[in-house]
Amino acid sequence: MDPTPGNDDADAAQVPLPGTRSTFSLDINGTARTVTLDHRTTVLDALREHLGLTGAKKGCDHGQCGACTVLVDGRRANSCLLFAVAQEGARITTVEGLADGDRLHPVQAAFLERDALQCGYCTPGQICSAVGMLGEAADGFPSHVTPPTATTVPEGPAALGAEEIRERMSGNLCRCGAYPHIVRAIEDVAP
Amino acid sequence: MKPFSYLRPRSVAEAVRAGAGHPGARFLGGGTNLVDLMKLGVESPGLLIDVSRLPLDRVTRTDDGGLRIGATVRNSDLAAHPGVRSDYPALSQALLAGASGQLRNTATTGGNLLQRTRCPYFQDVSKPCNKRLPGSGCPAREGAHRDLAVLGHSQDCVATNPSDMAVALAALDATVRLHGPEGERAVPLTGFHRLPGDNPDQDTVIRPGELITEVVLPPRPDGAVSLYRKARDRASYAFALASVAAVLTVRDGRVQHAALAFGGLAHRPWRARAAEDVLRGAPATDETFARAVDAELEAAVPLRDNGFKVTLARNLAIGALAGLTARAAPPR
Ligand SMILES: Cc1cc2nc3c(=O)[nH]c(=O)nc-3n(C[C@H](O)[C@H](O)[C@H](O)COP(=O)(O)OP(=O)(O)OC[C@H]3O[C@@H](n4cnc5c(N)ncnc54)[C@H](O)[C@@H]3O)c2cc1C
Ligand code: SF4
Ligand code: FES
Ligand code: FES
Repeated sequence: MDPTPGNDDADAAQVPLPGTRSTFSLDINGTARTVTLDHRTTVLDALREHLGLTGAKKGCDHGQCGACTVLVDGRRANSCLLFAVAQEGARITTVEGLADGDRLHPVQAAFLERDALQCGYCTPGQICSAVGMLGEAADGFPSHVTPPTATTVPEGPAALGAEEIRERMSGNLCRCGAYPHIVRAIEDVAP
Repeated sequence: MKPFSYLRPRSVAEAVRAGAGHPGARFLGGGTNLVDLMKLGVESPGLLIDVSRLPLDRVTRTDDGGLRIGATVRNSDLAAHPGVRSDYPALSQALLAGASGQLRNTATTGGNLLQRTRCPYFQDVSKPCNKRLPGSGCPAREGAHRDLAVLGHSQDCVATNPSDMAVALAALDATVRLHGPEGERAVPLTGFHRLPGDNPDQDTVIRPGELITEVVLPPRPDGAVSLYRKARDRASYAFALASVAAVLTVRDGRVQHAALAFGGLAHRPWRARAAEDVLRGAPATDETFARAVDAELEAAVPLRDNGFKVTLARNLAIGALAGLTARAAPPR
């Protein structure tokens, strides 16, 4: 990180503060992108306003809707609550980075196949969230509806029925109510 | 949002030194609460000290068979940890009952403990609020308080602590370890969060510049089972209206050890000591459980619109204790 001086009106601190903007590198979809950004810029705004990647959507901007979901080091996160400067060194994957050339990611293909959208606004977030969720389940992560095991912890991947999918996807709202088809699309891809 | 400087210290010592040098600084964990509050104008730090990448991301066994949880362990990793799932299921269940997959992947143990109340007036800077602006008043007492406290509130504030995780940690007798400008100390989780009294701006007993470094769980009592139950307005992705964490050991039909904590009812996770006193040594029956829970909830002083929480908490707790008993002493 290379802090450049900014309009720093911070508290009368004993120790001089670095500036309020920095030049740093973000790893987006496997490409290093150098940006100079005010520290207030979120990953979502960096993607949409500075890097021309408008796949991730801004719904609520407060972590409540999931439209901005991206993958950070393979794990899904709400990009509206991440400051970009804090993600230097992380691998960020957006919906634009899921396909392999012209070959859609299986989750993308399933959404098309099942017609799992109406207006499509929530879709990039739903798809990134589903990709992350499938990875979590493959790593054996439990969910709120996974039967609690009194003594033993099950080994291996968590099984994904419709109830598990609904619970694990609850961080993604769809104002069009396309939920039934979204669940079906994910069921198609789930092992 | 006010412009801010950003630091990424490489060690606890460096983080604490930076915090001590800048009174207007905030530590940044996952940011899922702090970034939100900065957008709302509730928080306006001049410096963010990013502690999310400090080497505090491990869960390890202690020598006595307990668990040491680093402050930057993500909520989802903690919930999935085999040692947590097998020995402290209430903790895993509490984490999984909170927020969303995305948020749990980002949120840290330290940040979860210090998340602020979801009182709507606290989050709205155009409104008075004693917690945000001491002395400005508490509109929630007469206003929208359906989701707020029924226990331990004061004239000055009726807010609730929103954390599910903290409720489980309270029942599990966790300890919070802090590292600050004046050195290290350990605080029992049940003494970490405060009641509002006449200074609700202080959520906890943390001192300026102190960093949470880890949370320590004692070994699971022999034969103890635990669980977390939560009631909310929708089946997922909503804060608790009321919740309960219970730890129980039953021997020969009698309660040997019991720990009970309520969430969603007070300014802090509410450890139910009066209920535990009734439970200890008593027959493990529904009658005992009702008597115990009533002994605790006797102290409730509901506001105009939140009396339903007392009934909700009562039913949750009795059901949790009965459910645990069935598991602790399976009928032969
Ligand atoms: C839509 C939504 C729904 C939610 N639902 C739930 C729910 O149902 N149940 C629930 O329990 N929670 C819920 N949450 C809250 C969520 O659990 C918290 O935001 C999260 O746990 C905070 O952790 P963090 O690491 O992101 O904290 P941050 O936002 O990084 O920090 C929070 C506070 O802790 C301080 N801090 C962070 N780390 C440390 C440290 N190591 N030492 C000292 N200070 C530190 C920060 O300075 C800040 O003041 C929800 C949040 C959202 C946005
Ligand atoms: S309940 Fe507490 S947080 Fe809510 S308005 Fe009153 S003082 Fe503020
Ligand atoms: S825009 Fe990020 S969760 Fe709604
Ligand atoms: S398809 Fe319109 S919001 Fe989901």
